Amino acid sequence: MASIWRYANPRKFIETTDRVLPWVSTAALAALVAGLAWGFFFTPDDYRQGSTVKIIYLHVPAALMAINIWIMMLVASLVWIVRRHHVSALAARAAAPVGAVMTVIALVTGAIWGQPMWGTWWAWDPRLTSFLILFLFYLGYMALWAAIENDDTAADLTSVLCLVGSVFALLSRYAVNFWNQGLHQGASLSLDKEEHVADVFYYPLLLCIAGFVLLFIALVFLRTQTEIRARRMRALQARERLG
Amino acid sequence: MIALLGRDMRLAVRAGGGFGLGLAFFLIVVTLVPFGVGPQSALLARIAPGILWLGALLACLLSLDRIFALDWEDGSLDLLATSPLPLEAAVSIKALAHWLTSAVPLIVAAPLFALLLSLPQAGYVPLVASLALGTPALGVIGTFGAALTVGLKRGGLLLSLLVLPLYVPTLIFGAEMARRGTEGLDTTTPMLMLAGISFGVIAVLPFASAAVLRVNLR
Amino acid sequence: MELTVRDLGVARGGVPVLEGVSFAVSAGEVLILRGPNGIGKTTLLRTVAGLQPPIGGRIGLEREAMAYAAHADGIKATLSVRENLEFWADVFATGDIGPALDAFELDALADRPAGGLSAGQKRRLGLARMVVTGRPVWVLDEPTVSLDVQAVGLFAAAVRAHLAGGGLALMATHIDLGLEEARVLDLGPYRARALAPDDFDGAFL
Repeated sequence: MASIWRYANPRKFIETTDRVLPWVSTAALAALVAGLAWGFFFTPDDYRQGSTVKIIYLHVPAALMAINIWIMMLVASLVWIVRRHHVSALAARAAAPVGAVMTVIALVTGAIWGQPMWGTWWAWDPRLTSFLILFLFYLGYMALWAAIENDDTAADLTSVLCLVGSVFALLSRYAVNFWNQGLHQGASLSLDKEEHVADVFYYPLLLCIAGFVLLFIALVFLRTQTEIRARRMRALQARERLG
Repeated sequence: MIALLGRDMRLAVRAGGGFGLGLAFFLIVVTLVPFGVGPQSALLARIAPGILWLGALLACLLSLDRIFALDWEDGSLDLLATSPLPLEAAVSIKALAHWLTSAVPLIVAAPLFALLLSLPQAGYVPLVASLALGTPALGVIGTFGAALTVGLKRGGLLLSLLVLPLYVPTLIFGAEMARRGTEGLDTTTPMLMLAGISFGVIAVLPFASAAVLRVNLR
Repeated sequence: MELTVRDLGVARGGVPVLEGVSFAVSAGEVLILRGPNGIGKTTLLRTVAGLQPPIGGRIGLEREAMAYAAHADGIKATLSVRENLEFWADVFATGDIGPALDAFELDALADRPAGGLSAGQKRRLGLARMVVTGRPVWVLDEPTVSLDVQAVGLFAAAVRAHLAGGGLALMATHIDLGLEEARVLDLGPYRARALAPDDFDGAFL
């Protein structure tokens, strides 16, 4: 029976992703170019924020991805712990640097946006602070992967760290909220019509988010392939050393 | 279990580093802060709760890698893992021994150091209470970090990188409780949150630490 | 009491080193594992002792029956010989350390800090710990490293006493221990065969 776990076989994964990768990459490029061009050049300026509002086309998708990539890593870690599929652990490893970069993009664009809006590059606003803490979690996760030589040991330890880290990241979010109420504007994407951005900004934003998601999928496929090949090379070398 | 606690305490006392080093480090941090921010008592009094909490946190961090590293090097960790003592219990006992030898002296010395930073009279009780309530969480979280990095070369720096982000909620609620107490505000909410974190991690995290330790012993 | 191992496979660093290892040791018997360096003797012993999971096969006894001694003795330099042993006696809930001190002639050293012992004396202390555990299966990795002839004799006597009491022992060693009754198992034939390099499943090999 065809099951999703079929793709957890490294070779099957590489075969499948090889076929999908060109399409996903092209779609990501198209969505990003179209979404950003639409957002930057074909939407009006905001009546309050002027043209600075257009940074949301980078800021919001990056921030969303920063959180969602961590959640994806959490799921992949759980799959590794429960079912011990190597591809799952390697996919989590492959996603981490992408997530870290997304977090940096969110922080940097946030700072650039904050300068004209709040009059300062950095404020200890709860959301910004939470993202800074999330970035620290990404750093720790990647450092732990890099520090351990045995791949299975590294996969086990980083998975547990990801699990524990998720709980503490959530806890930190509440703690930070309690600590400082903040100046951040409300959610840009919300079902509540009162809160979220106007439709003119909304559709290009959705396209940009789709572009970021596709870009992430393409990058994770590519990086997971690299991890699988590197892992295979190390395994072959180890076998050779043993004779 | 009592045997392990007794052994760890005895080792900490005989090695000399256990009690003294963390305390000396705490004192140095407290001494250096006025050099950095200036000697005005009003300013020092305002930041004292935060500084004392940070100092205690860093002093706690300093001795974390000793929790498992020494037992790992001389092979006793292997022997402990094959002993009748469940690894979860061994981990908890080691965290307790670490708390008794490194955190309790800090809690006891905290009022003295608060004096150096001209903490207002009202702040002493909340400060000591918040440290007593929060440092167990620091110890247990740190034990998890130590279990993750045991056996790694250059594990010390990595340990700090892994553990410090996990310390964020404890630090926020701990320092907030001390600060509110100092300013005569209601401390109930941060106190309950701090207690919740402490009891939560004491109940759950030893299982994660033991699991991670087993992986590292493989 | 019998230790049966059937079709056991073990891996070191994710790479299989031994497979299909089967043997049985019953009460009163010693089995000595032989094989060139790197074949996986230590890995096999650690697997039997329950420190790492096997990649295949079965071990017929639960890990609660095993007492394990590795290359490192787990000795705390700042504790005395007596304190070191008493700690393990407490952990294993066996109480009396007298017989262990006697068996390895450690009485005279009992109150010396363990850090001041010679390598051979430390080894004797490490082996005395096995007596203190009170467990029926001794799993020993190179037990006589740095022991002199007389101490090897002490060790052989301690093993015989253990066997006479219904225990059994599994050890890896290159040195003649003076245990003529011991059976020897050569691990050479159990070396894991190389998988075809293009078999790309599971563990990448």
